[in-house]
Amino acid sequence: MSSFDPRRVRIDTPVFSRVINDRPIVYLDSASSTLPPRPVIEAMDRYYSGHHANVHRGVYQTANEATDIYEGTRLDVGRFIGAPDPRHEIVFTKNTTESFNLLARSWGAANLQAGDVVLVTEMEHHANIVPWFQLQAERGIEVRFVPVGDDFRLDLTDLDRLLAGVKLFSFTAMSNVLGTRNPVAELVGAAHAHGALAAVDAAQSVGHQPTDVRGWDADFVCFSAHKMLGPTGLGIFWTRADLLEAMPPFLGGGGMIADVRTDGFVPAHGPTRFEAGTPPIAETAGLRTAVRYLTGLGLDEVSRYEHELTRQALDLLASSVDDRVRVIGPADTVDRGGVFSLDVEGVHPHDVAQVLDQYGVCVRPGHHCAKPLMRRFGLAATARASLGPYSLRSDLDVLVEALNAAIKLFA
Amino acid sequence: MANLDDLYREIILDHYRSPRNRGELTEATSRTEGFNPLCGDELVIYLVVRDGVLEDIKLTGHGCSISQASSSMMSSAVKGKRIEDVRRAIDRFKTMMTLHEDGAAAEPAAEPDLRSDGELAALAGVVKFPVRIKCATLAWNTLTQALDEATA
Repeated sequence: MSSFDPRRVRIDTPVFSRVINDRPIVYLDSASSTLPPRPVIEAMDRYYSGHHANVHRGVYQTANEATDIYEGTRLDVGRFIGAPDPRHEIVFTKNTTESFNLLARSWGAANLQAGDVVLVTEMEHHANIVPWFQLQAERGIEVRFVPVGDDFRLDLTDLDRLLAGVKLFSFTAMSNVLGTRNPVAELVGAAHAHGALAAVDAAQSVGHQPTDVRGWDADFVCFSAHKMLGPTGLGIFWTRADLLEAMPPFLGGGGMIADVRTDGFVPAHGPTRFEAGTPPIAETAGLRTAVRYLTGLGLDEVSRYEHELTRQALDLLASSVDDRVRVIGPADTVDRGGVFSLDVEGVHPHDVAQVLDQYGVCVRPGHHCAKPLMRRFGLAATARASLGPYSLRSDLDVLVEALNAAIKLFA
Repeated sequence: MANLDDLYREIILDHYRSPRNRGELTEATSRTEGFNPLCGDELVIYLVVRDGVLEDIKLTGHGCSISQASSSMMSSAVKGKRIEDVRRAIDRFKTMMTLHEDGAAAEPAAEPDLRSDGELAALAGVVKFPVRIKCATLAWNTLTQALDEATA
C-alpha cells in the first residue's frame, strides 16, 4: 500500500520552510534538481557522524560499515531500476553527464570507428550530444538526429531510414525542456531490430515514474541521484554485465586496478574498474535513503499524481494568463511529464524569472542545455517550471499570479 | 531586500519597449557580435568610426529587458562622441556595475561623472541583482571589442 501524500512529502522537505521575499518558497525547478527530504539529509549526516572511512580499503569496523553502505546502495539502486545483476552492472559516477562521457569515452572509443553512426534526437540534453560530437571530431564518427515534430514529440516517420547503419541509438526517456515522454521500449526495440545498441537518458524520468531497465530492454541507462530526491555529486551508469566487462577503463587511478607494476597496470573487473579514486560515499548513503523514500511513496502513485497536477497546470496556463503564455511542449497530458517551458509574449524569460522570484517562485530561465531543440522552435530561451512529488496546486496558483504580474509590468 | 522597482525603472522599461538605434549599418566600419552563452542573449554592434569620432552606431540582437535597455541607453550615450570619451564612459559604467568588496553597490549619486551620463544612472540598481550584472554589461563589453576592431 502506498502512503503517498504530497503534503506529507512537503513537510518532510526542509527547504519548504524557507521564506523568499516575504513569501513561502514555491519551488518549481525540480527538472534542474529535486529537493531532498530530511531522511536523505540525515542519512548523510549519520554516515559522517558514525561511519566515515574510505571504502574498499580498511579492515577496521567503520571501514567495513562504509563499504557496506556504498556497495549496499549499488544493490538497492539496481533493484530500484529493475537491474537483473546490480553488483556487476551499476557504476557510480559524478552525474548523468559523466555517465554519458563514460559511455562515449569507454564503450564508444572501443566500438566506434570512422564512419560509424550514433543516432540521438533533437530533444537531447547537451550531455547526450557533446560527447558524441567529441568522438566525431576525434575519430570521424557520424552523429545523426531524430527530428522533433511540431507536436513537440519525436517524428518517427523516418526512424527506419535513420537507424540504417547505426551502432548506438542514444535518447532521452523524458525531455527536460518539453516534458515529452518517449516510448522507450519501442525505441529500444527499433534500435535492436537494426542491430544497434540503445542508451537511455533517464535523468528526467527516474524521480517521476517507475524505471525498468529490463522492461525497456535497454543496453545503457544514465541518471543522477539529485533528480530523485538524492544528493548532488552522484550519478549512475547502468549497463548489462557482459557489455560492462568488455568496456575499457575510462579514468585511471586508485581503486580501479587489479595490479600496478613499474611496467604497466591491469584493470579491475566489474564496476570498480570505472570508479577510480575515493568515490562520493556519503552521497551513496543519501541515495540509498532516497531510493527507500521514493519506493515508500510509490513511483506509480507519484506518476499518477504529477499527471493530474500537469493537467491542472496546462488548464491554468491556457485559461488564466490572458493568452499571453505559450507552453513549449505537448498541450495534452498524454505521455507527458510535469515540465512546462513557458514563452511569455513580450517578456524575456530572464525577466519572467526575476519577477517570479519576487513571489518566491523558483523557475529556470535559459536554454536548459538543449540548444538544438531551442533552435528547432526558434527560441533563445524559455522560463521553465517543473513539478516534483512535493508540488501542490497552490504552487500553480502562485505561479499564475506571478506570471500575470510579469505580463502587467512589461505591458 | 532588493526591490524589483530598483531593477525595472520606468526609463529602463521605456528603452526596452522602444529601443534606440536599432538596425544594421550597411556602411559600418566594424560589425561586432557579443553573446551571453548562459542566457542566450545576442547582440551585434555596427559602428562608423571616422577621425577619432564614433559617428554612428546601430544594434541588432535579442535579450532580456536589462540587456536591451542597457544597449539602447549605451547607443544614445556614445553616439557622436570622441573615442576617448566613449572609452571613459565605458569605464565609468563598468565601475558602476562593480560590487564593492562588502557586497554593497556603488552609490551613483556620489559619482559626479555618472550624472553626466544621464539616463545610465537608472541602471545602477542592477548591481543589487548580481546575476543580472552580465545582462547590463554585455553591450559595453561588446562595444569595447568593437572599438578595438574599428580602431585597429
